[in-house]
Amino acid sequence: MKYLTEFRDGEIAQRLAREIRAVTTRPWKIMEVCGGQTHSIIRNGIDQMLPAGVEMVHGPGCPVCVTPLELIDKALAIAAQPGVIFCSFGDMLRVPGTEGDLFQVKGRGGDVRVVYSPLDAVELAAKNPDKQVVFFGVGFETTAPANAMSVHVAKRRGLKNFSLLVSHVLVPPAIEAILQAPGNQVQAFLLAGHVCSVMGYWEYPPLAEKYGIPLVVTGFEPLDLLDGIRRAVVQLEAGRHEVENAYARVVSYEGNRGAQKQLGEVFEVTDRAWRGIGVIPKSGWRLSAGYREFDAEERFRIAGIRTQESPLCHAGDVLRGAIKPAECPAFGKECTPRHPLGATMVSSEGACAAYYNYGRFISAEELARAAS
Amino acid sequence: MRGAYNCIVMCLAIPGRVEEITTDGIIRVGRVNFGGVVKRVCLDYVPEVEVGDYTLVHVGFALSKIDAETAEQTLEDFRALGVLEEELASEEEQLARAAERPQSNCPDGSCEIERS
Repeated sequence: MKYLTEFRDGEIAQRLAREIRAVTTRPWKIMEVCGGQTHSIIRNGIDQMLPAGVEMVHGPGCPVCVTPLELIDKALAIAAQPGVIFCSFGDMLRVPGTEGDLFQVKGRGGDVRVVYSPLDAVELAAKNPDKQVVFFGVGFETTAPANAMSVHVAKRRGLKNFSLLVSHVLVPPAIEAILQAPGNQVQAFLLAGHVCSVMGYWEYPPLAEKYGIPLVVTGFEPLDLLDGIRRAVVQLEAGRHEVENAYARVVSYEGNRGAQKQLGEVFEVTDRAWRGIGVIPKSGWRLSAGYREFDAEERFRIAGIRTQESPLCHAGDVLRGAIKPAECPAFGKECTPRHPLGATMVSSEGACAAYYNYGRFISAEELARAAS
Repeated sequence: MRGAYNCIVMCLAIPGRVEEITTDGIIRVGRVNFGGVVKRVCLDYVPEVEVGDYTLVHVGFALSKIDAETAEQTLEDFRALGVLEEELASEEEQLARAAERPQSNCPDGSCEIERS
């Protein structure tokens, strides 16, 4: 395992960890929202540098994990149609639907392409006027400006053969859903740095106020994460609940106003189903009326999709932070990355996969605590 | 441990240096250098960025301007972690990787790393 101490910043990291230990007087549970942060925390052993009572709880911020199975099945159905060029990021290629994955659809003759940017898909549409080009647009606020611009460009260029299979999800409603869940134990959040590079953090003060929780905008690198955790603990210990920016070199309060304007034009807020969690009101974006003609779900009208999740899987509890992956009875037994039962094990950004891959199995101490 | 970061395309933005700025008639586009790999990037969301500046890029879109020192340091960290390689892989490379992986629900092949 590549621990933080092996990096050049080991000394600063140790200092930050010492500061966290010095201010901590009692146990705290802090959730990092973003899957990339979960990975960085586990990979760098950051959770193991923290004092015993300070616990990192892993949040629902993995775009692959929370994409509903039904939408993946729709993607597979569309990609298999003749005359369709189906474009996606590489992440989604081997994510299974009810039957197979996009890579298998390609193997059976479907025209599935991996693109770097949704604008590449727009180019493909321009070059292939006799084909329908569909881009699989999932993700959080970070990815949404790219998809919004691609649809905008397609409209400006008069491309009638481009569409977006879209399921964007939003961080603030997910945080609110976690805080409202019965038995919630999360006392502070690390906000996802790159989401905030787009959205800023002006949306968050009302949440901090309403629920009395510290919210710290945090980056992805080991020192960023330690600093974010330190600031959250300092606030908790002082009884403060503010929105704080620990990633100021990238994130401003306003965020990217140009991107927000484009998002407001192309998308509108909608209820979204989160895999493993269920429907969260007003938690996503869909194409607005002016751009609805580019909605792949409208264009292809795929019907008859039936999906079923495993009854053994506790992904929803993991995504809400109610349990740690290793506390799930199926973890590492019925459920492994090779045979995942739920979304959090499917994606490598998922908390269960991160635990599995870095050998984080339940310790005797954790087991005793879980049983008590 | 290679591949641990395979699947964070939708999470991370990568810093790069803007080498050239043009327009395609609808959007402002630039050629951005990510530690040696050059990509075409939409600069519409960062009108303040000029040639020589560093910007944070996510799936072909520049999202914010950042200072050179931060950018270079982040690039170095991401290179060490294998993030650059994963983020900037070509379609051929990505398909080849997908082909190498077993029929698995694990998007990044990390299931190859068995429980130890």
